[in-house]
Amino acid sequence: MAGTGRAGNVTRREALVGAGAAGASLMLPGGSAWAQGAAKPAEIKVGIATYLSGPASVFGVPGRQTAELLFDEINAAGGIAGVKVRPIFVDEGPGVDHVVGEYRRLVQSEGVHLIFAAISSADCIACAPLADELKRPTLLWDCGTQRIFEDNRYNYAFRTQANATPEILAALLYLLKVKPDFKSIAVINQDYAWGRDSWDIFRTAMNTLKPGVKVSAELFPRFGATDFSTEITRVLALRPDVVLSTSWGGDLDALIRQASDRKLFERSTFVMPLAESSLQRVGKALPAGHIVGARGDHWFLHPSPADPERLKRFNESYRAKHNAWPIYPCFHMAQAVSAMKVGIEKAVAAKGGGWPTDAELAAAFKGLEFPSPTASVRIREDGQGLENQLIGTTLHSDKYPFPVLTDMIVFPAESVTTPVGQKSADWLKTLTPDMVGKLPQAQAFKS
Amino acid sequence: MAWLSENGILVGLALLDGLSYAAAVFMVAVGLNLVFGVLRVLNVAHGSLYAIGGYAAASIGLFAASLGAPPWLGLPILLAAAVLVGVVLGPLIERLLLRRMQDREPVLQLLVTFALFMILEDLQKLVWGVQPVVFDAPLKWLGTVDVPFGQDAIPFTAYQLYVLPGVALATLAILAYVLRYTLTGRMVVAVTVDREAARAMGIDAAKVTMLTFTVGAGLAALGGALAAPTVSLVPGVGASTIVLSFAVVATAGLGQIEGAAVAALLIGLGRSFAVYVAPEFEVVVPYAIMVAVLLFRPQGLFGVAETRRI
Repeated sequence: MAGTGRAGNVTRREALVGAGAAGASLMLPGGSAWAQGAAKPAEIKVGIATYLSGPASVFGVPGRQTAELLFDEINAAGGIAGVKVRPIFVDEGPGVDHVVGEYRRLVQSEGVHLIFAAISSADCIACAPLADELKRPTLLWDCGTQRIFEDNRYNYAFRTQANATPEILAALLYLLKVKPDFKSIAVINQDYAWGRDSWDIFRTAMNTLKPGVKVSAELFPRFGATDFSTEITRVLALRPDVVLSTSWGGDLDALIRQASDRKLFERSTFVMPLAESSLQRVGKALPAGHIVGARGDHWFLHPSPADPERLKRFNESYRAKHNAWPIYPCFHMAQAVSAMKVGIEKAVAAKGGGWPTDAELAAAFKGLEFPSPTASVRIREDGQGLENQLIGTTLHSDKYPFPVLTDMIVFPAESVTTPVGQKSADWLKTLTPDMVGKLPQAQAFKS
Repeated sequence: MAWLSENGILVGLALLDGLSYAAAVFMVAVGLNLVFGVLRVLNVAHGSLYAIGGYAAASIGLFAASLGAPPWLGLPILLAAAVLVGVVLGPLIERLLLRRMQDREPVLQLLVTFALFMILEDLQKLVWGVQPVVFDAPLKWLGTVDVPFGQDAIPFTAYQLYVLPGVALATLAILAYVLRYTLTGRMVVAVTVDREAARAMGIDAAKVTMLTFTVGAGLAALGGALAAPTVSLVPGVGASTIVLSFAVVATAGLGQIEGAAVAALLIGLGRSFAVYVAPEFEVVVPYAIMVAVLLFRPQGLFGVAETRRI
């Protein structure tokens, strides 16, 4: 057969054209059907990075469960613009290098159309540049670091929730409102980027709005620590007016239980901007009268949701399946799913019903406004989501076997978010104490 | 004078914290060291046995509580759960896995126990899910003790103040007695020192190995069970424990029982003083102690290759 110019039933010319096309496809980052503006895909594949192992899985798994629930709902309703969606989960547990490898695999081998990444700020910092490099629309669905869009600009990465600055600043403003005369504070934060950065934000804003507060202790136990007895003894001895902890997951659960056993809650007011996600797990070990946040305006008993029916539906379908009320990673996942749906529909509509390229889809996320279970979120021109913040005080009610929130303040997103083009570290220094007097009215708990 | 008095009290508080922490770490590290002494295997899956011991204790305790069991019953339940885990998993792992790895390269043994650790981690998630599990009835039942602090008082849990150090001390005493003064203990020591010679003298080395591994597994499970009332059991709890246990074992010297107690105490006190004096070094202090010891004594504080290891 030598010299016939055929390999099997393929001519040499066909083979060359095929090889060229394959090469071109490989050259195209990711090379999905959408990248070539091809016909409607058979399914929309979504790569989702979340914690499926390690201590953070107490948090990542509810996110995955929410994605499964909402993807099923979308598919039952006929998909997005008539196309079914399929999640492909990858584990953040093994670390940043693993997630980066998985990101590339999802794009280059699985041919995913979108990526949701990630819970860890370190993973988001690594994935955002990859989004631009591989030209794959990426929704940063849960990570908190404010540095992503303050230090860089991306065309393919968008955050579908707030960032650390509004989340921490809202908690400080609430503290200044309800306990304005506090004179000393101690911090017990996890020893990694979030624990350190969130304390920097809190301290910077506190030094601006209420200078002269004494920092009694700065304690940073290991991420994933299970024993906080030494830190608790230290804080008990120092008797600060306020204890701040931006910890979360199993670490926060253990800290709350151990602090409760050692009566620390009786001596100091705790401020815990992420503790909404622990309320159901720690139950009434967390006493009344302490300040809790939800990294956004998420709470299953939100006092004034934009669409009460939507929130009720979300709460009940999650509870029916998992025998728990949704916690904030569930809400963050719901936001990413909502952004994906509204974004694709917007891009398809802009194309007059045709299918968008990756670049066209990415462009659709800029300035996108999409509904969340409690309000709506708008993605600014820099890629950062604008999301309201809910902070409240714990209350023990007979209706629930865990603390609920009362005296809730829902901070409008714009009032606590660093403006486009500015860095939080600088912006926080420009705040003025009159901010506290302009806070919205607190709302009491209603079952 | 007032400064001295206040700081003296602070040192006292740090000692109490350090003692309780050391006790918890010792329970796990001593089992790891015992197993290494006889099997010559650094068992990474020891961390999983710790976690499973904790989960089992919490599950049994919560089940008993749901049936209306009195809170004091929680304490014997912790012990029973540890024995159960040790007796069920110990022989199973030793017989099916470690015995087959007996004469293989140490690095292969390490990899195999690491693989087992990963499998058991997934098994935990399958059985107990990812939600934190807590069983704190015994801790609440024992209540708190106010330790004087100048004009003030610092509440400690009685569990932390008495039960953890008490059980650790009792474990150390029982192990030391059994190994020195009982026939079984002497057989364990004989196998540790020279397996072949022990066999030649008629000792059933395989039986001794299985017994030792079962006890080691039980000690890991007891560490987890004792921790259950104070911590939230979550996926990954075994990984952090095994890393710290390695630090204790390396500091003590491989195969050293009393050495493990001293090393745990050193690391526990070092950590609590770090929290008091220079909290930014809290995480590194245990490993800094280990490195400092290994720099001057590569065999660990008590490790002497020529003499018996237990």
